[in-house]
Amino acid sequence: MLDNKNTDKNTLTMNFGPQHPAAHGVLRMVLELDGEIVERVDPHIGLLHRGTEKLMESRTYLQNLPYLDRLDYVAPMNQEHAWCIALETLCDIKISKRSSDIRVLYCEIGRVLNHLLNITTQGMDVGALTPIFWGFEEREKLMEFYERASGARLHAAFFRPGGVHQDLPTNLLEDIFDWAESFPEKLDDLEGLLTENRIFKQRNVDIGVVSKEEAIELGFSGVMLRGSGVPWDLRRSQPYETYSEYKFSIPIGKNGDCYDRYLIRIQEMRESINIIKQAIRKLEHTAGDDVLVRGKFTPPKRDDMKNSMEALIHHFKLYTEGFRVPKGSIYSCVEAPKGEFGVFICSDGTNQPYRVKLRAPGFVHLSAMERITKGHQLADVSAILGSLDIVFGEIDR
Amino acid sequence: MPFFETNIGILVIVVGQCFLVLLCVLASLAFIMYGERKVWGLLQLRRGPNVVGPFGILQSFADLLKHVFKEIIVPTESDKVVFFLAPLISFVLALIAWVVVPFDNGWVVSNINIGILYLFAVSSLEVYGVIMGGWASNSKYPFLGSLRSASQMISYEVSIGFIIIGVIISAGSLNLTEIVLAQKGDYGMLNWFWVPHFPMVFFFLVSALAETNRPPFDLPEAEAELVAGYQVEYTSTPYLLFMIGELSAVLLMTALITILFFGGWLSPVPFLPDGFFWMLSKMLLFFFVFSLIKGLVPRYRYDQLMRLGWKVMLPVSLGWVVFVSFMAHFKLLNYARW
Repeated sequence: MLDNKNTDKNTLTMNFGPQHPAAHGVLRMVLELDGEIVERVDPHIGLLHRGTEKLMESRTYLQNLPYLDRLDYVAPMNQEHAWCIALETLCDIKISKRSSDIRVLYCEIGRVLNHLLNITTQGMDVGALTPIFWGFEEREKLMEFYERASGARLHAAFFRPGGVHQDLPTNLLEDIFDWAESFPEKLDDLEGLLTENRIFKQRNVDIGVVSKEEAIELGFSGVMLRGSGVPWDLRRSQPYETYSEYKFSIPIGKNGDCYDRYLIRIQEMRESINIIKQAIRKLEHTAGDDVLVRGKFTPPKRDDMKNSMEALIHHFKLYTEGFRVPKGSIYSCVEAPKGEFGVFICSDGTNQPYRVKLRAPGFVHLSAMERITKGHQLADVSAILGSLDIVFGEIDR
Repeated sequence: MPFFETNIGILVIVVGQCFLVLLCVLASLAFIMYGERKVWGLLQLRRGPNVVGPFGILQSFADLLKHVFKEIIVPTESDKVVFFLAPLISFVLALIAWVVVPFDNGWVVSNINIGILYLFAVSSLEVYGVIMGGWASNSKYPFLGSLRSASQMISYEVSIGFIIIGVIISAGSLNLTEIVLAQKGDYGMLNWFWVPHFPMVFFFLVSALAETNRPPFDLPEAEAELVAGYQVEYTSTPYLLFMIGELSAVLLMTALITILFFGGWLSPVPFLPDGFFWMLSKMLLFFFVFSLIKGLVPRYRYDQLMRLGWKVMLPVSLGWVVFVSFMAHFKLLNYARW
């Protein structure tokens, strides 16, 4: 494979990964280099393939939920969200306002989690070693918020069809608010290292340019699409949850280069902070409301189970057999931090899905790697890869 | 005739001096490494080494043992002789440079009158260690790394050379001790060459970073692209030798900045005595600057680095040589101190 004796061209074929510090996980790219210029990029994926979609066919809908966490493990709850929305639409469940706001809150926390990791690793890909440490300090705090709500730092399994698993513990909202107050300052510090840094700009401006038409043609979504100047955000264009009640703006780029994408991510984090604050204010009004729609899709209240035989049986049946989903198919998607994350469920009326297809935004973005990178230098490969925001959990599934 | 005036006696003295300098340099490298990691730790909101010994001060020695006791892996496709010769060359050249560095008035192993030329020659040869290492590994990443390194070191040596020529014109000598003594005067630190050669201090600093492959010019071992550049295939002691060689070269550059622009062992204020202490503290200060830079900057791309080297550093330093020659020829503003 790495042999090019048969070609006339005097190029060097090189393996970029799977063990490579800048490959963002287990990506293997076969590069063809002419000196330092990249002639061809061939991403080889599948090294983290776990067969999630197939596995899901033999598990109940509720048992499948934690698999979604393990896709894009940088922002787990955003994936769960798509699954829950799909089921809720299919089963026609209306969730309570409080649980909807909690979902919005945690989705935005997920967005900050994701963008923090991405911009700092993008920095590392161009050689800046310090930002990632500063970023991780903040990520750790956010993961603590995950833990306090769900009991797990990473694989939360917090969003459930019909709402969220539990109401938030006391004082959590205050702590999140305090964090949201202090975070912009930390973001300024982080920006101080990168945004106006001449070397950082030289490494990112006009690198990996994707035009507006190209971005649409390639099926981009999320920041990759907005970076090229297309104002498309599912939170705005087809609002789900209570997003239509929130005030936030959608930053878009002009040039579609790595630097624009970096700036958008920074700006989106600031917008997320706004949304988090709004969500906290809304949640204060609905304190005490139930966060799950009690019914056949959700467990009964703990209290009822002590007194009612039917509730106990329902609880047992729900967690063993699961619930049945009406026959039909549905595609529903959310604006995950990386782009449009979609879930397609085909139900045959049993307690397990007949077929599930997950649309991972990273997969689409990575497949455009060759198109974006061609003609750039070797060093730009890692800069571009960094700005694509790749996580292998979701690409290989 | 007393023993120390016979040929054998002189040999004993010289060898003794060599060992003393070697020992001091190597021991200080261990602590310098520790200090550098602590600086990065502070910068990155973490603690840095803090387990081995009090405050982790023995970390470098633990690392040394670790490297020495590891298995040496030799790639089957490599050129065995050159593969092991390369780290040796890096290591030896980085150390023999210290022979002409004066730490105090007269504290120099070999006070040769072409000291700076010797240093320049030795640091030019250092590129051989890197390029041989990359070539002998017979692997693609090291090969690319060593090619980059070769072109980078050569490009920046040119500008370093011109900057040094400017200083030599001012000092009127190639001897490092003489260069320091030329900076002695009634005004302490204002007499040093950093005042008349002000912009060149920064150019030298930048070139020194590039010459020693430090960020933002660490392309030969650019982690995000080439994994570890020419060192990819190295393990254990050979790897350690590369590391020591590299760090020693960095330290040498701090010594050079100190000697060329900041008066070596001279005291910054007139009423305090000169001495080794000043030399050491100036070197440490510059090392601190080097460490900070590593923590703060991203990395240049190969073509950007070359552009900076040939289109900015070279013309400016060349222009500066012309300027200094003019000033010195007409004896203006104390530019010629001979």
